[in-house]
Amino acid sequence: MKTGLTIRAFILVAALSLAPVCAPSFAQQSPSGKNPTADSVNEEALFKQNSKLTGRISIPDSKASVLEQPQGREWRGFHEGWMPWIGAIAILGMVLLLGVFYFTKGRVMLEQNEHSGRKILRFSTFERFTHWMTATCFIILALTGLNYVFGKRLLMPLIGPDAFSTISQWSKYAHNFLAWPFMVGLCFMVAVWLADNIPNRVDWAWLKAGGGFFGDRHLSAGRFNAGQKIVFWIVILGGLFMSISGILLLFPFAALDINGMQTIQGIHAVIAVLFIAAMLAHIYIGSLGMEGAYDAMGSGEVDLAWARAHHDLWVEEQQAKMASGPQVRSGPAPAE
Amino acid sequence: MHCTDAPCAAVCPVDCFYTTADAVVLHSKDLCIGCGYCFYACPFGAPQYPRVGNFGSRGKMDKCTYCSGGPEADLSEAEYVKYGANRLAEGKLPLCAEMCSTKALLAGDGDIIAQIYKERVIKRGYGSGAWGWKTAYRETVAI
Repeated sequence: MKTGLTIRAFILVAALSLAPVCAPSFAQQSPSGKNPTADSVNEEALFKQNSKLTGRISIPDSKASVLEQPQGREWRGFHEGWMPWIGAIAILGMVLLLGVFYFTKGRVMLEQNEHSGRKILRFSTFERFTHWMTATCFIILALTGLNYVFGKRLLMPLIGPDAFSTISQWSKYAHNFLAWPFMVGLCFMVAVWLADNIPNRVDWAWLKAGGGFFGDRHLSAGRFNAGQKIVFWIVILGGLFMSISGILLLFPFAALDINGMQTIQGIHAVIAVLFIAAMLAHIYIGSLGMEGAYDAMGSGEVDLAWARAHHDLWVEEQQAKMASGPQVRSGPAPAE
Repeated sequence: MHCTDAPCAAVCPVDCFYTTADAVVLHSKDLCIGCGYCFYACPFGAPQYPRVGNFGSRGKMDKCTYCSGGPEADLSEAEYVKYGANRLAEGKLPLCAEMCSTKALLAGDGDIIAQIYKERVIKRGYGSGAWGWKTAYRETVAI
């Protein structure tokens, strides 16, 4: 009978369609007996393959493949937890050290026999230009860089969020743009000063005697004594690390993935504060720490007697180069 | 879903983030300097920088506001231009969840969502609950 067939067909269809609903709702039981969990993606297994969870990507923006990178929270812990302490201890520690030094040992004054009135050229115009260009860039880079870590803690409470944001915005531009003349200056410094900063035996003797700081004798030194050579190498090597990490930060994700960027930012920040601490010592000795030290980089000329006392080997070299020593001139020009 | 202890807010050098009473994490595009730290910190890559600048300047950061606008006055033109629609101020839920045809995206009261999620996990049994939670937070969540 047609109706009977239709009814049987209907019941069959109904039974089949109801079958999934009748299946028990517990995870491990299903009509086929297969465990659906086994087919699903296991988060742990995925995470074991790679330190972050990623998918597959075909567009050039490869960082878009990252679904989760838990290292972000670790970077936060470093940047907000460790970094302010490292920076504060490095910089304030150095300021404290210099303060203690100033109030105990005090300024290193010129001695009686270091005023001859005759001058010798110590730094050429180009050397002074290089130094001051690099130094000025460094100061601004340092302040704008420190703003990223300490600005919201120290400056924002004083001037409010709107003014602080404006300052931070311009600080960011200053930091990004002045990085380039800074790097150019470093290259110039290598060009003009590398030869004179190679360590030698004289430096070892100078260091062993504590640079003459403790005690009263003047030690033999070339154009640059060991202390100055240490400053040179700190600037060149520190500057090199800052430049490389800085360039990677200026072109984000061009060469590094997210974890690489986090690491390089950490390196940039830590080396920066150590560099700043070292430069504070250099600035101290070149300005306050030693009487007459500033003139070398300021006017380029230093007293000949002072030069003989502090850089005797260099004076000898210079005078040997020019047999009659034309660089050496007395105060007023001769009336010839 | 927005973070309770948002790493993006913690690392921002100009403190441009704030959390609303609904626990939505928002930020001010006026204060943002586009430094990119929030993207480094976010485990999910939520911050985006639609504009490109030289030397990685990035322009202002943009992210999901949970259809909750920004610091400007609710439902003002200024707010709409910068942050899009403020549906929460109108008493509505975020558009993505309202539109979602499969209800993969859910929005609303946290307890109710947790209940729905739990029922789904029991019924379908796919994988662990809250996929991705353990990777992001390094701790498990109990269902």
